[in-house]
Amino acid sequence: MTGAADDVILSVKGVSLAFGGVRALTDVSFSVRKGSITAVIGPNGAGKTSLFNTISGFYRPRAGEIVFGGRNLAGTAPPERARLGLARTFQNIALFRGMTVLDNIKLGRHAHMQTGLLDALVYRGRARREELALRAEIEERIIDFLEIQHIRNAPVATLPYGLRKRVELARALAMRPRLLMLDEPVAGMNREETEDMARFILDVKEEWDVTILMVEHDMGMVMDISDHVVVLNFGQVIAEGSPATVQADPAVIAAYLGAGDLGRRLSAPEAA
Amino acid sequence: MDWLFLTEVFLAGLGAGALYAVTGVAFVLIYKATRVVNLAIGEILMLGGYAFFGAAAGWHLPAWIALPVAVLSGALVGAVVERGLIRPMLGESPISVFMVTIGLGSILAGFVQVVWGADPLRLPEFMPSAPIFLGEAYLAPKVAYGFLAAMLVLAACVSALRFSRGGVALKATAADQGAAYSVGIDVPRVFSLSWIVACAVAAGAGVLVGAIGGISPTMGVFGLSVLVVVIVGGLDSMVGALVGGLLIGVVEAFAGTFLGGEYKFLVTFSIMILVLMLRPYGLFGTHEIERL
Repeated sequence: MTGAADDVILSVKGVSLAFGGVRALTDVSFSVRKGSITAVIGPNGAGKTSLFNTISGFYRPRAGEIVFGGRNLAGTAPPERARLGLARTFQNIALFRGMTVLDNIKLGRHAHMQTGLLDALVYRGRARREELALRAEIEERIIDFLEIQHIRNAPVATLPYGLRKRVELARALAMRPRLLMLDEPVAGMNREETEDMARFILDVKEEWDVTILMVEHDMGMVMDISDHVVVLNFGQVIAEGSPATVQADPAVIAAYLGAGDLGRRLSAPEAA
Repeated sequence: MDWLFLTEVFLAGLGAGALYAVTGVAFVLIYKATRVVNLAIGEILMLGGYAFFGAAAGWHLPAWIALPVAVLSGALVGAVVERGLIRPMLGESPISVFMVTIGLGSILAGFVQVVWGADPLRLPEFMPSAPIFLGEAYLAPKVAYGFLAAMLVLAACVSALRFSRGGVALKATAADQGAAYSVGIDVPRVFSLSWIVACAVAAGAGVLVGAIGGISPTMGVFGLSVLVVVIVGGLDSMVGALVGGLLIGVVEAFAGTFLGGEYKFLVTFSIMILVLMLRPYGLFGTHEIERL
């Protein structure tokens, strides 16, 4: 790894977050290299989702700063961060219920349409139309890519869990992000669905040139596809490095021993 | 049965119902965007009537200026209330926010009483007064024009919701705030705009209601009928507010004519209870499906 600063797309520097007296994150620092898949792991309650919510701007850190693409994000609201190229999915799937798959995906481009209330009614010329056509084309590519053509007009509420996860990923991709944050992309999925999702994540990185930051519990999947792993425990970074380094780290094994099975899987991961 | 008489009662009911519907839409707009049950909607409507009175009778402005004054003062109240009272309550329990709106209603009712006194007042006439006949049925002109104005506002609201980006942002916010925020929708702005537009609409409706029945500090009870309307129609449904409004208007007109005015609420609230028992989310409301 060359440590050049322009190689880094996101750096989290000394971030602390507290809810009243509860310290959710303490002096968390790490960076995400452009074009990598970085995974944040840690036991339940370690602060992974809090970290995500801080990066996407839902929570304001008590201390520290987050720099994205060379820009300090302090004081920017989530919509502004979305425009800068930060997209995310949610642990519990946050889709727009009552809308179809296609409508959900279309809303992903909302961030980039800097128009007011009345603009939709006003004719905006050729450049505008061409841009809209381009966007429609991108949406089609996303739908093809994630293999959800058959459900494009289905209401999202009727879809099975695995497909909803995929639609949420499609919506995030429609935002044309530079950094895609996935909060437990394969939680609750069976083996086959997990493998599909892992393949999609790798393809997103390769074909769409998107950097990935993900929180995940499935150790097999994390170790298979990540370039860099950050381990959180009780709101602190206890280890980071390549999957192999992290797996061998005694502090990590200790943190996971409470979870028994996970600890063993970490020190002796199953072959994929 | 005298069909002509029945038709006239029916038309009068539709006229009143249109005003319920348009106020119901204001209520739904706020509920959709912010999940706040705004019990002060009747008092904001009242304030619109008084603002018109103040501008038209107090400052002797012509009606075509007084009407925008009333609508704009509604918008202003909406903006101030959202920023000053509702935004700070974000994340509090819905009951607390609900209580805040009840308090707001009392404050507004007290305010108009301090400024304009407790006696009922008549708005200066501003609508054409030539009698209107549909076929042979007579229709009070104010009721007819009120109906038309309400329908225009309703059509504008429904098409804005359907076709404008603001409408899309509102629907997305209503479906999932976190997701809306993360795809770049300025959720706090959606909150503000929904309160501003809703209170402006309610204030405009207040001018129409006041033109028909006069204004008084107790005019806020209109909000009680609106509450029935939106519960029957579905708290988060514009179509529900429209259908519910017309339905409750007509039912009240018939109940008032054949049973007597004191039975109006008995009948409409009975309908409300019936709807709550059979379809708790209202006739057109979203039946929240959770599949986990």
